[in-house]
Amino acid sequence: MFSRAYRAAITVPPLLWVAVFLLVPYALLFCYSFWSVSSTQMIVHSWTLDNYRDLWRVNVYWQTLFRSMWIAARVMIFSLLLGYPLAYYLSFHAGPRKDLFYQLVIIPLWVSYLVRAYAWKTILGSDGVLNTLLQYVHLTKHPLEFLLYSPFAVVLTLTHIYTPFTFLPIYASLEHIPRNLVEASHDLGASPIQTFWRVILPLSIPGVLAGATFAFVLSLGDFLAPLLLGGPSGIMISNIVVSLFGAAYNWPLGAAISLCMLLLVLALLFLSENLEKKWSFR
Amino acid sequence: MELPMRNPSNGKAGWLSWHAFAVFGFLYLPIVTLIVYSFNGSGVGGFPPRNLTLDWYRILFADDAIWTSVLNSVIVALVAMAISLAFGIPAALALDRANFPGKALFRRLVLLPLILPGIITGLSLLMLFREGDIKLSLTTIVLGHGTALISVATTEVFAGLQKLDRAQEEASLDLGANYWQTFWRVTIPNLRLSIIGAALLIFTLSMDEIAVSFFLIGRDNTLPLEIWGRLRRGITPEINAISSIIFVFSLIAIVMWYRLRREGRTEIAAELVEAAAQGD
Repeated sequence: MFSRAYRAAITVPPLLWVAVFLLVPYALLFCYSFWSVSSTQMIVHSWTLDNYRDLWRVNVYWQTLFRSMWIAARVMIFSLLLGYPLAYYLSFHAGPRKDLFYQLVIIPLWVSYLVRAYAWKTILGSDGVLNTLLQYVHLTKHPLEFLLYSPFAVVLTLTHIYTPFTFLPIYASLEHIPRNLVEASHDLGASPIQTFWRVILPLSIPGVLAGATFAFVLSLGDFLAPLLLGGPSGIMISNIVVSLFGAAYNWPLGAAISLCMLLLVLALLFLSENLEKKWSFR
Repeated sequence: MELPMRNPSNGKAGWLSWHAFAVFGFLYLPIVTLIVYSFNGSGVGGFPPRNLTLDWYRILFADDAIWTSVLNSVIVALVAMAISLAFGIPAALALDRANFPGKALFRRLVLLPLILPGIITGLSLLMLFREGDIKLSLTTIVLGHGTALISVATTEVFAGLQKLDRAQEEASLDLGANYWQTFWRVTIPNLRLSIIGAALLIFTLSMDEIAVSFFLIGRDNTLPLEIWGRLRRGITPEINAISSIIFVFSLIAIVMWYRLRREGRTEIAAELVEAAAQGD
């Protein structure tokens, strides 16, 4: 029903825009990672594998990447531990308050990322709200120093930010479970715990995968929470990239690290998508 | 939805409701703290809050740098919204009703900025602007936000298109309207709610955005970058005050959004997160 001209008119402009502002930049990221910087701080546009050789040889890049993955993994696990039971409660037990509770989970999503990270900083600092509260009620004599400028602070803050993100797809998948399946399981004599493990959990796996991927991938690339709350022991891989693009001025090496991160993220997205497909055909 | 369970296990529900209560406490603790301490005369920390005052709000209202950055952010968000819609709506139409080589790649590419860490989008664009000899300014931030948020417009409008009755467009064409007239008088009005929802979401996301802006900033700050700069210099409850005000405006946006939802829209944020996580 749609003419050629109409289809061209809706296709060409977005295609061009996306090519110029997404495809070309990603391609440039790829190119930069094979370029180098001269002693006069100019970008040398000739091909070399030096950046990747550096990546391979210098341990600190690997260590930081693994630390970032470990931080992201903890954020993912805690977000699931907080988000899944909450989604389950809302879907099966909240009754008439379901809608209100749902809105209460959504609201923090709209509060600025930076504002929430900042709020945690004021809570966790050595003369912050939590430490002064603990001293006020005489639970501790001295401020607990590990609260701020530590991986703990980064994990806590990112968990706070990504729990609602993890909750949403899990909740959606729980809501899509036909209730007569749950009833059938009860009628056939399964206990509530058996019903959960053998009916509800398997059917909600696609939501869990989506939420987990989201929490892991977005935490992995975060650099603002570590800068604000991480201290030296909470440095993540993106912080290295930021410094390579700033004071250290080695864009090509920064591009090489970013490209590795991009490939890792794409691999995870691919994996999670395929697992989701596998689980949704049950 | 009603509970279909014959034998709801109260013990388990009890445990679960305590857990839910704790999660809500965790989610709201920082927000409540933030607002309470915006009235605290003796700084951002210290328990209990003392010397309640409105001074921080008074200082904030006299702080020109903040308000300049707010104005910058509003301008950026409005232009970014226009760009995202101008390219996101046709992109959704194209995904719905045109076939072209590379369509699958195109769809993934459009959605990618939603799921990729902001640093990758920000850096890639930074390299583009450097290679193109374009000076960093608010314009480069607008281009960054506009591009990244096409994903939001496309997802929303595409969802709206799935519910659209094509017979109306067909009738319009049969009755002699051309494609241009049909687009403006039939297609767009039918997608009204999706478009308003997307616009609202794009505006809010752009106002808050920092990871992409961080790399594309020129001389003029957006609000999040202005706050970021101050956080590094030392913090006062003035930041709590501006954050509390942003929070109130976000709440207003949420209320507007729920009004839309009651008019028959489904969950925007939820759909978006799912779409992003599933890549379609």
